[in-house]
Amino acid sequence: MGFLGNLEQFFGPAWPAVWTLAKIVAIVVPLLLAVAYLTLWERKFIGWTQVRIGPNRVGPLGLLQPIADGVKLLMKEIVIPSGSNKMLFVIAPIMAIAPAFAAWAVVPFDPKLVLSNIDAGLLYILAITSMGVYGIIIAGWASNSKYAFLGAMRSAAQIVSYEIAMGFALVGVLMASQSLNLSEIIMGQRGSYGLFNWFWIPLFPLMVTYIIAGVAETNRAPFDVAEGESEIVAGFHVEYSGMTFAVFFLAEYANMWLVSALTSVMFFGGWLSPFPESWGLIGSPSIGWMLGKMVFVATLFLWFRTTFPRYRYDQIMRLGWKVFIPVTLVWIVVLGIWMQTPLWVWSRAAA
Amino acid sequence: MIDNIRHFFRTFLLFELVKGMMLTGKHLFHRKITVQFPEEKTPLSPRFRGLHALRRYPNGEERCIACKLCEAVCPALAITIESEQREDGTRRTTRYDIDLTKCIFCGYCEESCPVDSIVETHILEYHGERRGDLIYTKPMLLAIGDAYEERIAKDRAADAPYR
Repeated sequence: MGFLGNLEQFFGPAWPAVWTLAKIVAIVVPLLLAVAYLTLWERKFIGWTQVRIGPNRVGPLGLLQPIADGVKLLMKEIVIPSGSNKMLFVIAPIMAIAPAFAAWAVVPFDPKLVLSNIDAGLLYILAITSMGVYGIIIAGWASNSKYAFLGAMRSAAQIVSYEIAMGFALVGVLMASQSLNLSEIIMGQRGSYGLFNWFWIPLFPLMVTYIIAGVAETNRAPFDVAEGESEIVAGFHVEYSGMTFAVFFLAEYANMWLVSALTSVMFFGGWLSPFPESWGLIGSPSIGWMLGKMVFVATLFLWFRTTFPRYRYDQIMRLGWKVFIPVTLVWIVVLGIWMQTPLWVWSRAAA
Repeated sequence: MIDNIRHFFRTFLLFELVKGMMLTGKHLFHRKITVQFPEEKTPLSPRFRGLHALRRYPNGEERCIACKLCEAVCPALAITIESEQREDGTRRTTRYDIDLTKCIFCGYCEESCPVDSIVETHILEYHGERRGDLIYTKPMLLAIGDAYEERIAKDRAADAPYR
């Protein structure tokens, strides 16, 4: 009887709950660290593109900066506006961050490492991530402030619009892989040609759409009109301070990592190596490839933010409804025809 | 027509956006120009207008003759001067206060001074921690002048050919 067996006996009937909790902690703690260091990487990256050096004072190379930020936000006062709905005001950040964390349950990090390998993984992701917008709407409503309310309305309209294009992009993925299970989607991108077997080649327009829609979904620049500081101060989180603000911040960055993870899973082969499998160690699948691809996509997010000015609101809506939806629809039809021809050489095993 | 088609493809294929990203991507690898302040400093012009000082002649006599031109010219009304006759019959200030919270560092006091007594030095790192800390009195200004006379004289000499 090993160590785990002893523990199981100690907890008795409570064991399944304890074990699940342990697995949740094993995903959430590294995720929180990744979120913290994404903020540092963002400030460094944007600094470098602006020919600055970014934060470098707290700890070696500024590596303790996110910890200092976290401690500062923890110690700041949480101001609850007197005209606000107190309960909703406090619940809103929790409602924003809960889906951002819950979605990670089905993300496969390597062939074995996935909390719950459910068959409708893609549907689960779509359903859970759509819940995130409630946190924003409730925050805007509960604050009883016109800026917060306007920000929440903008954000809600934008997220709803881009979810459609995002959903259509995912339809393409599930057509190509013939599966809703994220692990099987990755397995469908397996082949002897390494990165040329991944879905980013046949689904290229859908990949571009998905990444851009993902930026819009997470309210990141250049689609961050929900917090347009020039006209509505800070949008839905104007009235939030201290830890309640920090939770919104965590949710935004956790969502960035989530979109990065999903993009890697669906278009860049997840934990598959970009090299052919016959190349031995560097050709074998591992969690390292998955994390590397996630960092790559997250860096793209930062690169967009440092390069592009913010979209005007009507242009955002135009892009979502009049460009992305037609493009994805056309490509789904093209894909359907393509898959019936011998020219389709991807995911043979699944088809 | 051709232009419209070209425009359509340039926007639809994200041509301009990729070009923009190439530009920021290029700057990512540029040599950084940040000056790390407490350790590194940017060079100062000899004309730099920082903290004020009252100067003395080499024999130790203070230059100020209480003509009050600086008080009159000061656009922010930051200077307050009171004067009296000393035993040797010369007119001297008994009070020379500069309220640095009012001062706009225009340098008019220095320009107006007929004896080059009030000057603005190169000093820019000073602060006050209590209300009133930034009201500099005559002894404080004279002390600054005594401490930095060498540098002050050098800066005036460097700027003299251009005045």
